Amino acid sequence: MGGEKPKLKMAVYWAAACGGCCVSVLDVHEKLFDVISAADLIFWPIALDTKYEDVENMPDKYIDLTLFNGAVRNSENEHMARLLRKKSKTLVAYGSCAHLGGIPGLANFSTKEEVLRRVFEETESVSNPDKIRPVPEYKTKEGVIHIPEFYNDVRSLSQVVDVDYFIPGCPPQTERLIEVFTAIVSGAELPPKGSVVGADIKTQCEECTRKKSENKKIKKFYRPWEINDDGETCFLEQGVICMGPATRAGCGHRCIKGNAPCRGCYGPPAGAVDPGAKMMSAIAGIIDEKEPEEISRVIDDIADPGGYFYRFSLPVSLIRRKVQ
Amino acid sequence: MKKVIIDPITRLEGHGKIEIFLNDEGEVDNVYFQVPELRGFEKFCEGRPVEELPAITAKICGVCPGCHHMASGKAVDAVFGVEPPPTAKKLRELFYMAHFVHSHTAHFYALAAPDFVVGPDAPPAKRNILGVIEKVGKEIGTEVIRQRRIAQEIQALLGGHQTFVVMNIPGGVRKGLSEQERDDIAEKADGFVRFAQFSLQLFEDVVLKNKEYVDIILNGPYNLKLHSMGLVDSNNRVNFYDGKVRVVDTEGKELYKYSPPDYLEYVAEHVEPWSYLKFPYLRKIGWKGFIDGKDSGLYHATPLSRLNASDGMATPLAQKEYERMYATLGGKPVHATLAMHWARLVELLYSAERCRELAMDPEITGKELRATLGPIPGEGVGIVEAQRGTLTHHYRTDEKGIVTKVNLIVGTTNNHGAISMSIKKAAEGFIKKGVEVNNGILNMIEMAFRAYDPCFSCATHCLPGEMPMIVEVREPDGELLQRYIRN
Repeated sequence: MGGEKPKLKMAVYWAAACGGCCVSVLDVHEKLFDVISAADLIFWPIALDTKYEDVENMPDKYIDLTLFNGAVRNSENEHMARLLRKKSKTLVAYGSCAHLGGIPGLANFSTKEEVLRRVFEETESVSNPDKIRPVPEYKTKEGVIHIPEFYNDVRSLSQVVDVDYFIPGCPPQTERLIEVFTAIVSGAELPPKGSVVGADIKTQCEECTRKKSENKKIKKFYRPWEINDDGETCFLEQGVICMGPATRAGCGHRCIKGNAPCRGCYGPPAGAVDPGAKMMSAIAGIIDEKEPEEISRVIDDIADPGGYFYRFSLPVSLIRRKVQ
Repeated sequence: MKKVIIDPITRLEGHGKIEIFLNDEGEVDNVYFQVPELRGFEKFCEGRPVEELPAITAKICGVCPGCHHMASGKAVDAVFGVEPPPTAKKLRELFYMAHFVHSHTAHFYALAAPDFVVGPDAPPAKRNILGVIEKVGKEIGTEVIRQRRIAQEIQALLGGHQTFVVMNIPGGVRKGLSEQERDDIAEKADGFVRFAQFSLQLFEDVVLKNKEYVDIILNGPYNLKLHSMGLVDSNNRVNFYDGKVRVVDTEGKELYKYSPPDYLEYVAEHVEPWSYLKFPYLRKIGWKGFIDGKDSGLYHATPLSRLNASDGMATPLAQKEYERMYATLGGKPVHATLAMHWARLVELLYSAERCRELAMDPEITGKELRATLGPIPGEGVGIVEAQRGTLTHHYRTDEKGIVTKVNLIVGTTNNHGAISMSIKKAAEGFIKKGVEVNNGILNMIEMAFRAYDPCFSCATHCLPGEMPMIVEVREPDGELLQRYIRN
């Protein structure tokens, strides 16, 4: 088969992740057999028996395509990010955590010290009178053993290494992955480096199926359980925070279809840098008040603006973390 | 002293590591099973509106997000001091049964089956899901993938998102079920029941009819006597969504039965400086270290321990399989770690039957989906059985429902001590003086913890069969004596 195009060499790796991104790859379901015929998955811990050693021994740029999911939370995540950058021709930040820092990035509202103290000394079930904490290097009576160093800051992949493309989503929709995969395998011309792929340019709102009126304004924000959602009207018009205006489309509105407002996992739309800034301008436009005091009273009803606006993106946001 | 590092997950996946120290005789001195992963949900959930937690905590684990969503949803109900209406409860449980079908199917075929269907001593390259498909035929392989997909479609229908369900709202659910959708689920559930029965038959033909495998299950270093934990209904039958937590001792005698709000009286967690994961134990017995037997404070919370802790299954076909399992294995309780695979299939059948039962329930298409909410009492505990063990979420909030404290004891964490000990037993059983560590030994040790379906993703989850392994035998000063890389 000398004339045949060589198969794509592909890797999937998880750092500080939950496994959901890997599951989204498995969710190709019956198409798994097609994927295997087009690409050799040479490194995928959730599914295959390739060893860390094998990756180290690969020549640089040996892997054609690496989907890296998960945030960089500890020294080992960082080590793997640097190693896979070196070994990959194309490195993709796959999913919200690698793209934006993701849900684990909410830990940047706290410090390392606060996290460790809560988890190991203060939780209701812990019994730890000597205030023992896990340490990177520990000398047992038999010898020394190691665990990675837990960092103070959660970082996205591109805050650690150079990234070629971003596929957003928590997790990315499998259909969109298949589109990107098919484009790469077919040799189609790829967008410029640094692009967000497998998603749209527009915002969620522009594609949302919920009903929007022309110039609806609100006087109060509600928590989701304070209203009786009619299942049809725009959440913001019902006074419920929905991240649609500050979020890139492309997910298929699955949460909206489940009658839950958007929380922004696809990240800001093209051209918007910070989802919080984008959301604040959207909110300002919908409040039915003129006086500054009245506007700020309405905004004060928003229970946890930081947690809403930066649910998936705190590490890459303009505020980045709680100031220590 | 020599050190053997088995690095099945860490180096590669970053989430699990085993270190075995050998004495001068070349026998096992001690074993450390380490989990290097920590994300700190307990801390960063503080300050969030509590109704956001079912969605946020689902991101603890992308393999069992539905479990966190349900435990969290129940804890949030309790924070508001309400019970969802019957229709909402049943919709949640219906979703949950599909989640179990999905997860147990994936575990059995992709993770456990390679050892039995392909064989524990088969070449490692064949010991994976593709090897299983090769052996049982592509038709069955496709059927496995199809059933998992159907279970996931039911989850998406009920919960919005196929992975990270958004179903729960304080006091109920966001979306109801139409008659047509119900009929569709009932038909699919019929398929689940047939598929679960087929899976048990496959287990019978491939494993139970093979004397060598039965011998591996019952004998060998795969026995670990610990107390058993599981959620039971008012008749002490296994229940995944609701009920009380029952703990039986190593002889099968009931030690405790507690309601979720009382969990702190019964469970405590120990911290070791060499692992980011805590070690839960029975508080009334106390932390006795890594020992097994009736005096141990450790317990396990697994499919097998759920069966041990119950008086049976609440559906007829699963009940028959439950009886057959205990009759074959010599009565209750069973402490053979590998019998967990069989117990998981009994649970698969139960989930399928219960899914069908709920789909046929007249109340399932009811229109009352949410309870009326009043003032917020501000504290709640929610407990469900996750596929990998009893899952506890405990929240405190202020009077506005803003989270002030979160405590989580997740499925696999319950088994941290048990897994450590199972690995040690297997290592002691197989690594002997003068025996060279080889591939077979590695896999035999691996089988000890694979049975738990450990999900450290929850920190780490290794779906299909093969964990990569590197074993290094070193002198205490770090000099490498022997290096073994699987394959």
